[in-house]
Amino acid sequence: MLDTDFFRRWMTAAAASVEREADQLTELDSAIGDADHGSNLQRGFAAVTEVLEKDAPATPGAVLTLAGRQLISTVGGASGPLYGTLLRRTGKALGDDDEVTQAQFAQALAAGVAAVGQLGGAQAGDKTMLDALLPAAEALATSFDGAAEAARAGAVATVPMQARKGRASYLGERSIGHQDPGATSAALLVEALAATATATDGVDA
Amino acid sequence: MKMLINVPETVVADALRGIAAAHPELTVDVENRVVARRDAPVAGKVGLVSGGGSGHEPLHAGFVGPGMLSAACPGEVFTSPVPDQMVRAAAAVDSGAGVLFVVKNYTGDVLNFEMAAELAEDEGLQVAQVVVDDDVAVSDSTFTAGRRGTGATLFVEKIAGALADEGAPLDRVAAVARQVNGASRSFGVALGAVTTPAKGSPTFDLPAGELELGIGIHGEPGRERRPMMTSGEIADFAVNAILEDLRPTGPVLALVNGMGATPLLELYGFNAEVHRALSERGVPVARTLVGNYVTSLDMAGCSVTLCQVDEELLRLWDAPVRTAALRWGR
Repeated sequence: MLDTDFFRRWMTAAAASVEREADQLTELDSAIGDADHGSNLQRGFAAVTEVLEKDAPATPGAVLTLAGRQLISTVGGASGPLYGTLLRRTGKALGDDDEVTQAQFAQALAAGVAAVGQLGGAQAGDKTMLDALLPAAEALATSFDGAAEAARAGAVATVPMQARKGRASYLGERSIGHQDPGATSAALLVEALAATATATDGVDA
Repeated sequence: MKMLINVPETVVADALRGIAAAHPELTVDVENRVVARRDAPVAGKVGLVSGGGSGHEPLHAGFVGPGMLSAACPGEVFTSPVPDQMVRAAAAVDSGAGVLFVVKNYTGDVLNFEMAAELAEDEGLQVAQVVVDDDVAVSDSTFTAGRRGTGATLFVEKIAGALADEGAPLDRVAAVARQVNGASRSFGVALGAVTTPAKGSPTFDLPAGELELGIGIHGEPGRERRPMMTSGEIADFAVNAILEDLRPTGPVLALVNGMGATPLLELYGFNAEVHRALSERGVPVARTLVGNYVTSLDMAGCSVTLCQVDEELLRLWDAPVRTAALRWGR
């Protein structure tokens, strides 16, 4: 079972990972976007860590809902609403339970990912964060590590794609050949999740 | 890269403190990042709120004042503001007559303003939105994010702002804002890349002998790179690109806009070529604005925006305006 502390530690791990990789995300974003993805997410997740410490939400669902709301309030750009919606809708789908099973979580994450697709009007193959999130949500039903691998592979698979959504779409064919920064940060999030699970006894056994 | 900043993290707040120091006629909420006219809310008047990433100065805060915007919310550099800012701005300028959000068509701006509109309506505010999407360099289809919003933002804000000043109701102000957007098209070129404070180096390499055609205002490369052209050749290219899409049957407003690092000497010379190109194609120019209005940090280059006007739009364009960056008539 996954408890509230697990989700809080996931968010902390995600914040640390975003902090560590911020420059790389910004570098990827400078190729096909506007060179701010790293600094924006860094600001947002730092705020998430802060609010989770201060407000100490009591359930897994409340952790993610609060984290999502905080991202919307601090990140801006497209990443704020999209990542905010991902976490909020995943959190809402988890409901009020004190603990959730991995299967419940996988189902909730799939709902969160679907909400992102709806909000951004994007689908698989558009060279967005969905290309990492969709396979990750599917793999999560069976394995945390599998989800991380699927997300990473999904991010790498965006390299040959032509962007159809977001700012990179304005480059048309010139967006081909660059890894999508959104898919890359999404993979970081899922990798942080897998690392949190590995550090937790009895998870993903 | 040398920049006149303290640290990258505070550039927006520092600029807002500077705006406050220069413009006592504005209220500047540095913490929540809202710039509003000091006399807002004006009784009976529709509020006009715009916002978007910083780095496009004087857009948006430079257009706050009588005859134009009621408030602006600047985001981080090249990053949309967050819904909380927009809701605060709307609440600060709403007199009960409702608020129009002027949104540039970028995924982030659109998503955040949509969320803000929902939140504001929850608080009992009446909100309408106009999405500006004038950039002909982007082919618009359901498979892209759609055309970017660039120079036409100024036309929309000025003309809708004048109408709101006359006391027109929200639906009418919104309709005219959409009319202006529908009648406007832009095309931009870059002679150099952008350096954002967060990154500290140019966002792309542009060799000395080349230029980027079809750029937006966020330092992203354009659709195509070519060997450097003369001012006249660039004017022909931009005007052709616009007129392929907008076929004006009457006079136009022309905005020859600098992207931030191109001096007025060059912009005026370019404006002469734009006028020549339009005259050769039988398009009369009713009014012209030349300067740095919708910029992209330190990008060298320019954009052209044309808006076909009728008598009413021209009258609203000529109406008095008093903002930091645009003022005439009073």
